Amino acid sequence: MVATTENNPGTAAVAKGRSPWADARRRFFRNKAAMFGLVLLVCVTLFALFGGLLSQWSNEELDYNVMGQVVELGAPSIANGHYFGTDDLGRDLFARTVQGTQISLAVGVVGALIAIIVGTLYGATAGYVGGRVDGFMMRLVDILMAVPYMFVLILLLVMYGRSITILFVGVGLISWMDMSRIVRGQTLSLKGREYVEAARATGVSAPVIIMRHIVPNLLGVIAVYATLLVPLMILTESFISFLGLGVQEPMTSLGALISEGAGTIAYGTTWQLGFPLLFFVLTLFGFFFVGDGLRDALDPKDR
Amino acid sequence: MLSYTLKRIAIAIPTLLVLIVVSFVLMHAAPGGPFTAERQLPPEVLANLNAKYGLDQPLWRQIVTYVWNIVSAFDFGPSFVYKDRTVNQIIAQGFPITLTYGLLSFAVAVIAGVSLGVVAAIRHNSAVDYAAVGVSIGAQVLPNFVMAPILVLVFTLWLGWLPGGGWQGPEYWIMPVIALSTSFMASIARITRSSMLEVLTSNHIRTARAKGLPERRVILRHALKPAMLPVISYLGPAFVAMITGSVVVDIYFSTGGIGKAFVDSALNRDYAVMMGVTILVGALTIAFNLVVDILYGWIDPKIRY
Amino acid sequence: MSLLTIKDLSVTFDGEDGPVHAVNNLSLSIDKGQTLGIVGESGSGKSQTAFSIMGLLASNGRTSGSVVFDGQELLGATQKQLNQLRARRIAMIFQDPMTSLNPYMRISDQMTEVLRLHKGLSKTDALAECVRMLDAVKIPAAAERIRLYPHEFSGGMRQRVMIAMSLLCRPDLLIADEPTTALDVTVQAQIMDLLNDLQREFGMATILITHDLGVVAGFCERVLVMYGGRVMEEAPTDPLFETPTHPYTRGLLGAVPRVDDEDAIMTAIPGNPPNMAAPPEGCPFRPRCDFAGEDCRVMPPLVPFDGDRARACHRPVAEVAA
Repeated sequence: MVATTENNPGTAAVAKGRSPWADARRRFFRNKAAMFGLVLLVCVTLFALFGGLLSQWSNEELDYNVMGQVVELGAPSIANGHYFGTDDLGRDLFARTVQGTQISLAVGVVGALIAIIVGTLYGATAGYVGGRVDGFMMRLVDILMAVPYMFVLILLLVMYGRSITILFVGVGLISWMDMSRIVRGQTLSLKGREYVEAARATGVSAPVIIMRHIVPNLLGVIAVYATLLVPLMILTESFISFLGLGVQEPMTSLGALISEGAGTIAYGTTWQLGFPLLFFVLTLFGFFFVGDGLRDALDPKDR
Repeated sequence: MLSYTLKRIAIAIPTLLVLIVVSFVLMHAAPGGPFTAERQLPPEVLANLNAKYGLDQPLWRQIVTYVWNIVSAFDFGPSFVYKDRTVNQIIAQGFPITLTYGLLSFAVAVIAGVSLGVVAAIRHNSAVDYAAVGVSIGAQVLPNFVMAPILVLVFTLWLGWLPGGGWQGPEYWIMPVIALSTSFMASIARITRSSMLEVLTSNHIRTARAKGLPERRVILRHALKPAMLPVISYLGPAFVAMITGSVVVDIYFSTGGIGKAFVDSALNRDYAVMMGVTILVGALTIAFNLVVDILYGWIDPKIRY
Repeated sequence: MSLLTIKDLSVTFDGEDGPVHAVNNLSLSIDKGQTLGIVGESGSGKSQTAFSIMGLLASNGRTSGSVVFDGQELLGATQKQLNQLRARRIAMIFQDPMTSLNPYMRISDQMTEVLRLHKGLSKTDALAECVRMLDAVKIPAAAERIRLYPHEFSGGMRQRVMIAMSLLCRPDLLIADEPTTALDVTVQAQIMDLLNDLQREFGMATILITHDLGVVAGFCERVLVMYGGRVMEEAPTDPLFETPTHPYTRGLLGAVPRVDDEDAIMTAIPGNPPNMAAPPEGCPFRPRCDFAGEDCRVMPPLVPFDGDRARACHRPVAEVAA
């Protein structure tokens, strides 16, 4: 409503042209919460990648000095090298948290990637082809949305045995529907643009148009939702690990560690819950802040 | 409005059928039958068992029978593990409990979330707004399985105010409800706040103000309804997620709801119960989405076609 | 005593890139029953002037100066005080009838709440009065159609509903902010005719805000020409059309198609309206003005002349009006 109009030749020096991406980048870097999130993410990632170098113990090694007396001796200590203390069996919690963070980040990123790829291709196809095909594809999404996926995923994990592949793929496959809806909506509006019509008029095939002209223009939206999907994937994986159906020992994830820590708080070993929880919370915060920041930067009308 | 409702119902029914058939096929595609898992049974016993549970029939006939029993008599058949109990009995035991804390959590999440969001939007950029945003951001990273142990640690172990588990009276409800509702409350508050802020800048709100209506009336009568639309679309997924969360609540607080039935059956490979719970939850989800759709149509006159 | 007197009104918005001065030192007054047109391009500050009268500025807007309505200062008045005036004594019609009505409420509910609140009428009385008013704005079958939702009306019909709603309490002052801009040309004429009739019938003072000088000609007694948040020229309508004394007014008139003179050449004003976040120094019209000189780097004051006219330009009347 404020009086801002197109650039006036007379005032061009003040309101110089900025590309939308440069504009978005500027907004993103000026957003304190997003920058804070980015710093958090960098720290968590560095911890996951290089934390192992600082560790005095491996994640599988049992510390026989502590075993059996975890409540008394397993607390965090610099002296015996257990910076985060030990778990219930006397394993080094620092090493296990490093590994849990790695797995959780990996599941989050891979799951989000799967959801993004499937959702984008599905949504772009439905939106681009349109008509009956679109109607059918979207109706199918409506139906699939009503399936209680967590239960199905648990069903699968129980029936086919716990496997990290099912976990990675399953976590991704239950989240592509939202993505496909968003992408479809965007595709519908892109479809009418001149350059797409021009490509069509010159006989470019549909798959090529989708991959060359539609998908690249969706990158902004995809980037935003990818960043917001990763924490959801981490949440899903942690939920399943909390139930004991996630990754298998000796591998671990933040959800599994939280589950173990939650199981032993009655003995007063709060560090077993605290440290995994801290990294879990930091990771989620990081992704949420960066995702929100990206959304604000790329879609300013949403502020 | 009526034809809109009927249309929604017409879509809900095939959805449910698809869900039933898919879970049935999934179960049958699993490696090994339900009775091959544990010990080696003599072939004649196995044949007997399969005959008793109808597993010797062709697959299509099994599906038809299964679907028909559910549709006509709401009968999910016998449990594969507990010889003398039906799936219905197992579900009936836990369902009222799940329903109690589920509905309570849902109400808490919606009422607290919407109020928080509305207040934050009205007092935009004030201390209240920042506090509300802070709370909702913080609560977003506290899903039920994180809240549950924290609550037990604080209220049971440190303060000793609340029982750590069981299902004997209202004081046993408090922690499950808080654990289940916190993150949803946060999301609802966030959605409400941003949609309210958007609605408050819309032209028709300016008209309402120009009519000299008191701010209260502008908010409650003119802004709240449209601001609720995004919240309502979020309620469907939130409902599913809450039911899913009942698995954690049942395990952590020993509340004995259907989440427990599901986990027990998962550990026992009692496919009949697992399917029963999955289909029940799916049916609830579909029913709930139906309600959401109708609510949406009731608020937005434009989509009542 | 005049009904509404605005003195030195300035409106500033706190933008992301510093303050935006939307309105600068605007003064005007309007008597009971009078009609005043405020004309200008988008971004000239005319709508923000209207919003400051109603107390409806966006939350990042700040005002200074004074707006006195019937002896009461409106700038800095509480919401409660303003609510006593809104709709009851000052009503407003907005530009876009598609979005100005609440799409989620029946027309009947939106209209009756005005009467129930301000006049304390019962539900049935209020409804009857609303139907009468819808009849007055020539909505056919008003008694039935009042039960409909806004999306079930066409744009022109919605604007009629808006007009009916604004007149419910018989206000002393009606502010019509671009009431026809969003409508088809044929519908525009109908709405302006309707407003004209109603203005005569109810006798309320009316401020018509528009970018279309043609609309003003048939409706207003006086005209205020705004550009870049400042008043460029103020005059009774006929003299203004006959002898525009400001380069901008001249440019505006050149851009209006003339029905009476088919040979007249329609000329557009070169350039674009100023970027209000970084306005040119001095007279805002300077970059687009044919008459501009170095002295225009200082904003000329609004100087009265000819008894009831005023203009803000360094060039003498004779030079511009020639």
